[in-house]
Amino acid sequence: MLRGVNASAPPPLCDAALAAVLLAVDPAALGGIWVRARIGPALDGWTAFLRACLPDETPVRRLPIHVADDRLIGGIDLAATLRSGRTVVERGLLAACDGGVLIVPMAERMTGATASRLAATLDTATVVAEREGISAVWPARIAVVAIDEGRDDDEPVPAALLDRLALAVDLAAAPDEYPGAMPDAVDRARRGLAGVRVEEREREALCAAGLALGVDSMRMAVAALRTARAHAAWVGRQTVEGADLEAAVRLVFALRATRMPAEPAEAAAEDADPPPSAPNETDQSPDHADSDPAGDRLVEVARAVLPPDLLARLAAGLVPRRPGNTAGRRGEGAASRRRGRPLGSVPGDPRRGDRLNLADTLRAAAPWQRLRGRQGAAVIVRPEDFRVVRYRHRSESVTVFVVDASGSSALHRLAEAKGAVELLLAECYVRRDQVALLAFRGEAADLLLPPTRSLVRAKRMLAGLPGGGGTPLASGLDMAAGLARAIRREGRSPSLVVLTDGRANIGRDGAPGRESASRDATDAARRIAGESLPALVLDTSPRPRPEAADLARAMAGLYLPLPQADAAAVSRAVIAARGG
Amino acid sequence: MAPLYPFSAIVGQSEMLLGLTVASVDPSVGGVLIFGERGTGKSTAIRALAHLLPTMKVVDGCRFNCDPAKPADLCGHACGKQGGRPKTGEIPIPVVDLPLGATEDRVVGALDLEVALSRGEKRFEPGLLARAHRGFLYIDEVNLLEDHLVDLLLDVAASGENVVEREGLSVRHPARFVLVGSGNPEEGELRPQLLDRFGLSVEVTTPKDLKDRVEVVRRREAFERDRDGFVAAWTGKEAAIRRKIVRARRLLSQIEMPDGVVQRAAEICLALGTDGLRGELILIRAARAVAALEGAKVASVDHLRRVAPMTLRHRLRRDPLDDVGASVRVERVLDECYAA
Repeated sequence: MLRGVNASAPPPLCDAALAAVLLAVDPAALGGIWVRARIGPALDGWTAFLRACLPDETPVRRLPIHVADDRLIGGIDLAATLRSGRTVVERGLLAACDGGVLIVPMAERMTGATASRLAATLDTATVVAEREGISAVWPARIAVVAIDEGRDDDEPVPAALLDRLALAVDLAAAPDEYPGAMPDAVDRARRGLAGVRVEEREREALCAAGLALGVDSMRMAVAALRTARAHAAWVGRQTVEGADLEAAVRLVFALRATRMPAEPAEAAAEDADPPPSAPNETDQSPDHADSDPAGDRLVEVARAVLPPDLLARLAAGLVPRRPGNTAGRRGEGAASRRRGRPLGSVPGDPRRGDRLNLADTLRAAAPWQRLRGRQGAAVIVRPEDFRVVRYRHRSESVTVFVVDASGSSALHRLAEAKGAVELLLAECYVRRDQVALLAFRGEAADLLLPPTRSLVRAKRMLAGLPGGGGTPLASGLDMAAGLARAIRREGRSPSLVVLTDGRANIGRDGAPGRESASRDATDAARRIAGESLPALVLDTSPRPRPEAADLARAMAGLYLPLPQADAAAVSRAVIAARGG
Repeated sequence: MAPLYPFSAIVGQSEMLLGLTVASVDPSVGGVLIFGERGTGKSTAIRALAHLLPTMKVVDGCRFNCDPAKPADLCGHACGKQGGRPKTGEIPIPVVDLPLGATEDRVVGALDLEVALSRGEKRFEPGLLARAHRGFLYIDEVNLLEDHLVDLLLDVAASGENVVEREGLSVRHPARFVLVGSGNPEEGELRPQLLDRFGLSVEVTTPKDLKDRVEVVRRREAFERDRDGFVAAWTGKEAAIRRKIVRARRLLSQIEMPDGVVQRAAEICLALGTDGLRGELILIRAARAVAALEGAKVASVDHLRRVAPMTLRHRLRRDPLDDVGASVRVERVLDECYAA
C-alpha cells in the first residue's frame, strides 16, 4: 500500500541483484545464497555489488576449498604458544567471520566434512571447537555465499549446505552491470524488518507453492517466508503481499524445484514415468496447491522463472542435477599423500611433508621442560617431540556394477540380476565400499549412479531400471573401463562386476550385427584385462553359455553363472576378483 | 545464550519425541538413533531436550559427574579421596553435543596442555565423555563421524567406563551416557554393526500435509520474532512434560509387567526373527517407560505396541532382496500379532 506513496522506494532490480540486497538486509536469518555461476565478469560484478550492499564494517572472507579444521574451526597458535609457554588459542575462519559473509568459491568441490561444519555453524550461530587440546565456543553468525561453478556432469554442491541457504540464483541470465550501492535503502529495510507482518493466507500460499514444486524440506518453507519478509521490508511494506511471495518463490524455490507443477487443465499429462530417484509418493500434494488460488498463482510465477532447461527436464520426468549427498564424493584429481582419515598421531618429522599435530607435540615436550633447562616462558621443543598426524590409508574400494539391461538378457533375468546386485550392495555396505552403477541397453551405456556409499540411492536406481532393447556390450565395458580409470586416478581401487549373458549384438558404432558386436566386446574386455582391472562376470543366462565365460576369460576375470550364485558365493567371488 | 526452541512446540514427529522421552525416563534402553530427511527438526528436538531434563545430584566439584549415592562407583580422583560422605551439588542432566571435527584427545580426555606447559605438571584433563557421564551424548551426522571415533564411543557406551592410556597417563573413570545419533540416510548409511548398538531407532520424514507445514512455519516465525515471548508462552507445556518425566523416573521401578505382555513381546520378536534377546529386553524396558510416562501402574500390550517399531526396526535381518522397508515389515508383523 505504501508502494505508490513512498517516494524513496528502491528501484526495481533483477533477481540476482535482489538476492544480494535481501541477503544484506537479513544475512543471518537467510543463511546465504547458492549462486550458480561461472568465473567471469558476471560473477565479479555480482560479488562487488553484494559487497557494496553490506555495511562497511561487515567482515567478508573467502573459504579456501580444502581448508583444514585448525583454520576453519580454530586451533593452537603455534608461534604464540611456543613464545609464551602457555596454550594460545587462535580462532578459525568461521569465528572470524562472525556478523559477516563467507564466500565459498568452487562450492561443488567442497567435501562433505566441510559442508557439515558450515551447516552446524549456520544452525547454531556458534563454532564449537573440541579438538587438539582446545575446548572453546565462539559466536559465528554468518551467511554463506556458495558459488557453484559446476557444470551438469560435475559433482553437485553438498545438499546439507544448500538446505541452509535460503536464496538461489543463476547468474547465467544476470547482467554484467549493477546499480550503485544503496546503503541507506538497505539500512532502512533492516530497521523495518522487525515490523513486517505475515497474514495466514500468504503463509499458506507460500507453503502450498513449495509443496507443488516438490521442494520438500521444511527449512526451505521457513526460508521462503523469511525471504518474503525481507522483500517486504526492502520495498517498504509492513505486511507481506503477493509481490513479496512471488519474489520468495523466484529466489528460494525456483532453482530447487523437483516437480513440474501440474497445470490445472492438463494435470493428467504429468503422469510420465516417474524418475527413479525422485520422490514419487507425494502425488496428492499438488492437489492442495490446486485448491488454493493464491498458491496456484505462485506456482505460475515459479513456472515463469524456471530456467528453460530445468523446465524441460522436469517435464521429461528427469530430476535436475540433484544436490549431492556428501558421502563418497569425488576426491582430488591428483593423489595426495595426506589422504585418508586422521587417526591419532605418531612421532615423526613434519619436514617430510607430514602434518604436525601441535597439541600432541606440545604434550610430548611438556614433561621435559625443566630437564632441558627452560628459563623464561618460551617452550623448548626438540625434534624428538614432533608428533605428526597419522592417516589411515585404507585405499577405498569402489565396486562398479555393469548391468546388462537388454532384451536378450533382461526380460526374464533382469529381476534376478537386480537381486544379485542388491546382495552385493549389502556386502559392499558392510565393508563400507562405494558402489557405482552403469547399465547398457538399446544403443548405448548409461552411468546411472556415480560412486556413492548410499545403498538407498543404488537400490532406488536399480528398482527403476527398465529392460529391453539391444545389447551394446562393448559400449558398456568401455564406459566401465573409463570409470574405473577415473576411480584409480583418485587413488581408490575399482573392481568391475559385469552382469550379462555375453551375447552382444550392438557394436561400438551403435550398429546392429552380432559378429561385429561380439568382436568389439572381446576387444573391450581385453582392454580391461590390459589394465589389470579386477573383474567378475556373472552370467545371467538361464543356462550357462560359452559367451559369458569367454568374455570373462578375455577380461582375465572370474566367471560365475548366476543360477549357482547365492549370496555367499557371489560375495566370495567379488572378493576373490579383487584379489583379497 | 539465546533461548532454544521448546521441545513441546515441535509440530508432529511424535515417534521422535516419544523415543527421546523414553530414553530420558529409562537411560538403560541404550541410546536413540534418529534417521531421516533434512530439516525435520532432529537437532532442534535433541537440543530442546536438554532444557526439559530434571537435575541430578553430583559430588561437588567432581569433574566426572560422579553420583554421590553410589560410593562404589566414584571416579577415584577427587571424589574417592575425600573420605566420609562427599559434599553434593546439583546440576542439570547434561546433554553434550559432540561437535564435528572433535578429535580423540578431547573426546576421551588427555594431558592438560596448559598445566603441563606452564607448571610442568602432569594432569588429566577430562574430555567430553566425562562431561556426558549420566547424561546424553549427541552426535549430529553420526554417519559422517570418523570410524575410529564411532568405535571408541560405542565401546565406552557398552562398557560404561572410559579407559585412557596416553601420554604417560593412565586414567579410568565411569562414563555412562545415552548415545543419541542423528543423520540422513542419503548421506550414507550406518554400518549394520553400529545400527543395533542403539536401543531405539526412530524415523523422521518431512510433513507432507499442508496444514502441518503451515503450522511449522508459523511457530518458527513466532519464535524468531520474539524468542523470549515464545518460550514463555510454552513454559506451561514444557513444565508439564518435565513433570511427566520426573514422575515416570520415580515410578519406573514399581511398574508391574504382566506375563501376557512379556509373552507378547517374545511373540513379536520371534515373528520378526530378530537376532538375540536384546531386542526383547529393550522392547519391554521401553514399554515400561511408556507406562510410567502415562502414569499407569501396569504395563499393557498397547504400551508395547507403541514402542515396538522403534525398538525393533533396526534389528531385523537385512534382506536386500526385499524391497519393503523394515518399518513396513514390523508393522505387518504387529498387525498379525495383534489381530489374534
